[in-house]
Amino acid sequence: MGAEGIRVEGLEREFKGGIRAVDGIDLEVAPGEIYGFLGPNGAGKSTTVLMLVTLLPPTGGRATVAGFDVVKQGPQVRRMIGAALQEAALDDFLTGWEHMDLQGGLHGLSRKESRARGGELLERVGLVDAADRKVGGYSGGMKRRLDLALALIHRPRVLFLDEPTTGLDPQSRSALWGEVERLAREEGVTVFLTTQYLEEADVLAGRVGIIDRGRIVAEGTPSALKAEIGRVSLEAIPSRSEDRERLRAALAPFGKPAAHSPRGEAVRLSGGAEQLADVVRALDAARIEVAELQLHQPSLDDVFLEKTGRSLEGSDDSDAEAPEPAAA
Amino acid sequence: MSGSTAQVARAVLRRTTIHTYKNPAIIVPALAFPLVFLVAFAGGLSAVSSVPGFDFAAGYTAFQFVFVFLQMSAFGGIFSGYRLAEDFESGFARRLMVAAPQRLGLIIGYTLAGLVRFALIGVILWVLALATGMQVLGGVLDVLGIVALGALVSAACALWSIGLALRYRTVDIGSFMQTPIFVLLFIAPVYVPLVLLSGWIHSAASINPFTLLLDAARGFITGEPVKVIAAFAAALGILALMWVWATSQLRRAERAVG
Amino acid sequence: MPGEPHLARQIALIAGRSVSRTFRQPELIIPVILFPLILLAVNAAGLSSVTQLPGFPTDRYINFAIVVCFIQGALFASITAGTELASDIQKGFLDRLALTPARRWAVLVGATFGGTSVAIVGTVIYLAIGLIFGVTISTGIPGAVLLVALSIYVALAFAGIGSWLAVRTGSPAAVQGMFPLIFVLFFLSTMNLPAEFIEKDWFRTIAQINPISFLIDGMRSLIITGWDLGELLPCIGVATAMIVLFYGLAARAMRQRVQRT
Repeated sequence: MGAEGIRVEGLEREFKGGIRAVDGIDLEVAPGEIYGFLGPNGAGKSTTVLMLVTLLPPTGGRATVAGFDVVKQGPQVRRMIGAALQEAALDDFLTGWEHMDLQGGLHGLSRKESRARGGELLERVGLVDAADRKVGGYSGGMKRRLDLALALIHRPRVLFLDEPTTGLDPQSRSALWGEVERLAREEGVTVFLTTQYLEEADVLAGRVGIIDRGRIVAEGTPSALKAEIGRVSLEAIPSRSEDRERLRAALAPFGKPAAHSPRGEAVRLSGGAEQLADVVRALDAARIEVAELQLHQPSLDDVFLEKTGRSLEGSDDSDAEAPEPAAA
Repeated sequence: MSGSTAQVARAVLRRTTIHTYKNPAIIVPALAFPLVFLVAFAGGLSAVSSVPGFDFAAGYTAFQFVFVFLQMSAFGGIFSGYRLAEDFESGFARRLMVAAPQRLGLIIGYTLAGLVRFALIGVILWVLALATGMQVLGGVLDVLGIVALGALVSAACALWSIGLALRYRTVDIGSFMQTPIFVLLFIAPVYVPLVLLSGWIHSAASINPFTLLLDAARGFITGEPVKVIAAFAAALGILALMWVWATSQLRRAERAVG
Repeated sequence: MPGEPHLARQIALIAGRSVSRTFRQPELIIPVILFPLILLAVNAAGLSSVTQLPGFPTDRYINFAIVVCFIQGALFASITAGTELASDIQKGFLDRLALTPARRWAVLVGATFGGTSVAIVGTVIYLAIGLIFGVTISTGIPGAVLLVALSIYVALAFAGIGSWLAVRTGSPAAVQGMFPLIFVLFFLSTMNLPAEFIEKDWFRTIAQINPISFLIDGMRSLIITGWDLGELLPCIGVATAMIVLFYGLAARAMRQRVQRT
């Protein structure tokens, strides 16, 4: 493992009252890789990030970031990393530039260096025009972009992004994705990204770790994980919603239930796509009128369902304003 | 009062009373502040009564008690408007506005809630003051006179704050409810009788209606009532004015809610 | 590779941010300045007749009362400092700072500058208004300078209480909720009358051991009595002890709050 990656062995964090938020996880992230850490709210994602960025001591196991031990070499780790933690903690009464000067100064940049580097970063995240305005007037997307720029001011080699796009509109999300991708590809920055959006992990991450209840339940490239599930799933939406029960019964013989379908039913076809004709005949025989019938390639949500028995979206209890990911 | 007005008033009163009953801690600051003032003023400043020209038969504790009692009455009333503003923020008051056919019940209910709080804290204050040796030279009627003035102050302040709550519907307005009342209460003969005041405060206190109430209530506690009719007339006049203020804000709010 | 900046620069950066942020919120500053002045106006006028009591140290009550403004300004400033720090904790800004090489001490001290600078502005305004309305300082200009310096020192001491409460609770509401207690301590002091004029024994006893009385009496002596080390040294001593105690507690709470490795 290169000096600029992440290595985690048996990492644990137990809180008061015996709650094990992180319950022994192992993972490795190669330099320049984007690692997606995927899981529902409360799965232990943020706790893991806090330990890796040295803000929370682990209660067990060990971890090195950029070759430094997160417990014994906190200051060295912090020098090598940048982090944009949840909710982009910015000061509403300061301007973008003032944030830049503060952050750059505290990282030991001279005012001149800080200005040069800050200007470059503000340019890159498209905030040059807004940089003299107070952050209180920024949109959610602008705040996240400023947060990202601030995290990069001291040229970190490892970047931690904790739910960087939660609550953002689709345009802001893809703008942020583009920048993160560029950082990894062109500058070789290692990125550790947590998300509860399958699409985000799918689009961005070279490898994905799925965490549930403090444990990693699956790990690999998105395509390998999906291949492990293998089979396509079929989703049917009845014309009349009262037919859903009967639809479920009619589909049951063709395979196990697949990840949730908001308005219909889905099964993972045990015999593959060739079964499609049989399904249509069965629905016809049962006189169930179908408004939509679709075949889906396996998604990360299917992987999550397979490994945990629950659907990722179904278990998501975050605020309703979060955009619904266009999963699978 | 029509049946539905009374029903709305009762619903509001029941709700706020239950709230206080379930969270007795919320009256602690309301009680603690008058007590601190009483201790600080009556206990700490008693030497003031030795100032030449200070003449008050019942002693300095009684002199200050009257002020603290009326101050508590005022702030007990302001609590009504604060609760209404809170209820607007939580959506309860808006639901009432939409559902209640007789919205005057809203004003009456919150005013009564303030009076209940006034009565509760008032009783505790009297008991504590008497238990620690405050002299009352007046009789039962005189004490009732003080309590009646307190109730009128409380109701008037309740209507003042309810009007503001109806207008702005946010608890941020809380300090604006309190500050003018606070200033009015202190531009008065708080520490010494009016005759011992001089300069600007003498002029300002002379025209402050609260001075009239304070003098009358202090007269009662010494058993030598003074300016009784003028004080009650002033209190009732202010109450009427505040009623007009609160109801006009209610109509304004009705237009906004529809 | 950039490293840790000099400690003085860390404090300057964090203090600069604290001051800019505070002065961009006029609703934080105006009450702090106005409220003590209103109380001064009301108390100085309402209690002016107590100067007729035999042996009262001054014949102008405003000379006696002005110091209360300084201490109140300091107290309000500390509420501001505490609330601001607590909201930084609540919103995660403290984590942002903790991820830089900045020392915990620099964060703690820097964050008090906003509140303290409000107290400085307040002190100058109170003094100017006091002088306009007839305050006479018996120690002259050097005494006035020392008075302002002491006032700032006391504001720093109170800001220590605010910071400690902020770091301990991490909640702005909790910080504000604790301050009525300190207010009570205020009233049980020599703020309105000298100790020997307090008639009730228990009240006098409390006022005489109340640390706030030492602060008030020391600063008051500069205005009324002249240079009196017997009053000044206890005042400086109490303020210093508060600074040591509360910043010590705040630093300890900070180590628990920021468990940075």
